[in-house]
Amino acid sequence: MLRLSHLLGTENLSAEQVSFILDQAKPFQEFQRHPLKKLATLRGKTVAIAFFETSTRTRISFTTAASRLGADTMALQAESSSLKKGESLIDTVRTLEAMRPDGIVIRHASSGAPEFVAQRLEIPVLNAGDGTHEHPTQALLDALTIRDRKGALEGLNVTILGDILHSRVARSNIHLLSKFGVKITLCGPAMWAPRELEKLAPGIRVTHCLEEGVAGADVVMVLRVQTERINEPAIPPDEYIAQFQLTPARIKLAKPDALVMHPGPIVRGLEIDSAVADGPQSCVLEQVTNGLAIRMALLYHLLGGAPADAPHPAKDRSNASD
Amino acid sequence: MPVVEKRQLLSAEEIGRTLSRLAHEIVENSGGAKDLALIGVRRRGVPLAERLAKQIRSSANVEVPVGTLDITLYRDDLSQVGSHPVVQSTQIDFPVDNRDLVIVDDVLYTGRTIRAAMNGLFDLGRPRRIQLCVLIDRGHRELPVEATFIGRKVQTSDTEIVEVRLREVDAEERVMLVDRVP
Amino acid sequence: MLLIKNGRVLDPATKTDAALDVLIDGDRISKVGSNIEASGAEILDARGLIVAPGFIDLHCHLREPGGEMSETIETGTKSAARGGFTAVCCMPNTQPVNDNAAVTRSIVERAAAVGAVRVWPIGAVSKSSKGESLAEISAMKAAGIVAVSDDGKPVATARLMRQVMDYCTPLGLPVIDHCEDPSLFAGGVMREGPHSLKLGLQGIPAASESICVGRDIEMALLTGARLHIAHMSANASLAYVRAAKRSGLRVTCEVTPHHFTLTDEDVRYDTSYKMNPPLASRADRDALVSGLADGSVDCIATDHAPHHTASKDVEFDRAPFGILGFETALALGLSELVHPGKLSLTRLVELFATGPARILGMERKLAAGEPADVTIFSADHEWTYRAADSPSKSRNTPFDGRTFRGAPMATVVAGRVVYLR
Repeated sequence: MLRLSHLLGTENLSAEQVSFILDQAKPFQEFQRHPLKKLATLRGKTVAIAFFETSTRTRISFTTAASRLGADTMALQAESSSLKKGESLIDTVRTLEAMRPDGIVIRHASSGAPEFVAQRLEIPVLNAGDGTHEHPTQALLDALTIRDRKGALEGLNVTILGDILHSRVARSNIHLLSKFGVKITLCGPAMWAPRELEKLAPGIRVTHCLEEGVAGADVVMVLRVQTERINEPAIPPDEYIAQFQLTPARIKLAKPDALVMHPGPIVRGLEIDSAVADGPQSCVLEQVTNGLAIRMALLYHLLGGAPADAPHPAKDRSNASD
Repeated sequence: MPVVEKRQLLSAEEIGRTLSRLAHEIVENSGGAKDLALIGVRRRGVPLAERLAKQIRSSANVEVPVGTLDITLYRDDLSQVGSHPVVQSTQIDFPVDNRDLVIVDDVLYTGRTIRAAMNGLFDLGRPRRIQLCVLIDRGHRELPVEATFIGRKVQTSDTEIVEVRLREVDAEERVMLVDRVP
Repeated sequence: MLLIKNGRVLDPATKTDAALDVLIDGDRISKVGSNIEASGAEILDARGLIVAPGFIDLHCHLREPGGEMSETIETGTKSAARGGFTAVCCMPNTQPVNDNAAVTRSIVERAAAVGAVRVWPIGAVSKSSKGESLAEISAMKAAGIVAVSDDGKPVATARLMRQVMDYCTPLGLPVIDHCEDPSLFAGGVMREGPHSLKLGLQGIPAASESICVGRDIEMALLTGARLHIAHMSANASLAYVRAAKRSGLRVTCEVTPHHFTLTDEDVRYDTSYKMNPPLASRADRDALVSGLADGSVDCIATDHAPHHTASKDVEFDRAPFGILGFETALALGLSELVHPGKLSLTRLVELFATGPARILGMERKLAAGEPADVTIFSADHEWTYRAADSPSKSRNTPFDGRTFRGAPMATVVAGRVVYLR
């Protein structure tokens, strides 16, 4: 059993829990191939999809996952950046509570917001991305993609390329992959890849040279790049492209069967060349499909029925299939 | 859960003979095994289905495909269970449309497992016919479900449990009737 | 008349550490000696307790005028009295900012009417603390300010710092700076380091503080003024201060109890751990503790910064900076500094009373003729701090529920007992 009340991040998952989730995603991967993609498993349950940061892909992925499991969804969208002062998070939480959903998926611009919500609600909370802190379902779907293609995570060389400092995807992947002895290389401009990142988890090295970062990699994960940032001087895009864009020539430095991954949305011509994004090594579309499977597996287990002390009907139905 | 054995229902030898007989019945009933396929319900329905297919192959010289079906996602009691059970994979490598399917399970009891299995099969397509083959029918149906191919019919009470042990899954091979220790 | 009997008088200013009684007549101390008898006097039995000169908090926020939802002069001073403080210096970042005599007078008058302890206001350096032009400092001095600061922000430019230093020296007012570099600070919510990286919270490097400390010390060198560094949190800042003292500059500094107790590792997403300057690294904390012991740090100040619960019960990014401080200051001093043997009880009293007084250009001692401000505390009394019991209007503290060994037991201000446990 998963034995998890919330999914707030990958940092505090054990390797066993991660493996369990990846294993449980398999039947749901298989399910995506059914002609009829609708189960009644979570019928009668409602999942609140509370997105305080604009996102189309992740929101649709979670909504579809809930829907295919037979659950209903409640969509909550509110702008909540430091520039706009909407309803306070605590009021939103109270409003949600009053509508009694069975679980909540939350994306928020403030690191720590899902934890804030989890401390105040009795229902399972799934983090769909908080500030620059974690995006656990992304790391899980990335791990599933890698494991399916490479057989296992152990011992691989994974390079994460781009703006690591501001990336929650990078952090979640770092925490997850380091549990499996993956050798992680973080590569990007010095101001976006400070050496201190080496302390985040075991097995990490930081480099500011792309050639060194990509050499010998089994997997290259390319991150989105925001060249304009509030409070910081911008990096000219051409500078970034010249030094760090993943081009066909540069990906050749990695192993010949290296995977190219990207959490999306891709800005072609900025962090990655179109030819590489669409090339044979690219797993981008698989990542999206796997995202659905991971999210279904998580919703299935986290919204798991009655409280722990409910009577187990298998005791009364003594020949339940096991 | 502590149990005490009341009596043995089938020995290893009897299981073998019963499966042999069931295999023959299935082939006869299918009129030539055209479009026939067996679907083993996890967990113990799977080795039973595989053994039946082997029997059919050797006695009737017909290759009958076997699929495995996990019904966890189709159960009707998930909201009452302590926490959602582990989902196993369903593996049916052939199209289900227009097939003559026989669902294979070890024990038929309330019928809810079979209802769930049918829901799972309909998600995959539209079979021409679905029939049911079980090793033991122990009565106490809660839904209108019946098996065409039955190994043995047994009268049981609600507190009793029919325990099926198969060598592919367990350390031994037999079927017993046991009682729960209060 | 009030007679404090059977206590251990610990007064660094008079180098006293002995079993002595203290007799108070009206608002002055009339005698300090052994076995004093005074018929008709109210007796305060200080058996097993330490009797010290009244503690002074050089840095706090009382929020009145304008921020009364979080605290008022009345509730804040009541909390201060519970903490053993006999006088508090309140910062000018109120609404309106205390940048003119009228606001100063209103604070002084309100404190005289409802304050449990003495309130000595600190006036703004610049008008509305905008950092553009000087505030009406001499008028404020006449109305009762004891120092100037633009706390909440740094003094905006080196030029302004030089100007205010020159201006304040003949007035005898120290300039207190909240040291921070706006471009390095911008958007930050906790100390930059491995921990801020992990939590995904924007970090503020220690250099933000030390750059400004360095700048201010250069201006002190230029002007010869009295400079006091508020809530110092970094080892790098302490290094600058040490060098300045060695060259004979009149530079002093304070450290808050939370900075000598907690570190950035204690931050999770609980806004009770969010303040400015943020909790620093272990190395910084340990350096500050050494500084407190060896005299490089002149005093402890609380930076008591109340924020009503609703304003703090938000996402970490959004929460205002600041935590309460009055009622846990002494207990933390005892548990983090004295009990583990990092410094002596005498030194602690210096940090709470003698040191702050010297920075304000006055004396704090237990001797005949001195104001009857006395702090009586126990170094052993076991108790649990419960924020819910505080007279403060706010509850923003990381120490709620913590048990301590050592507590303020009685506070006397101008001869009146304003707090008794």
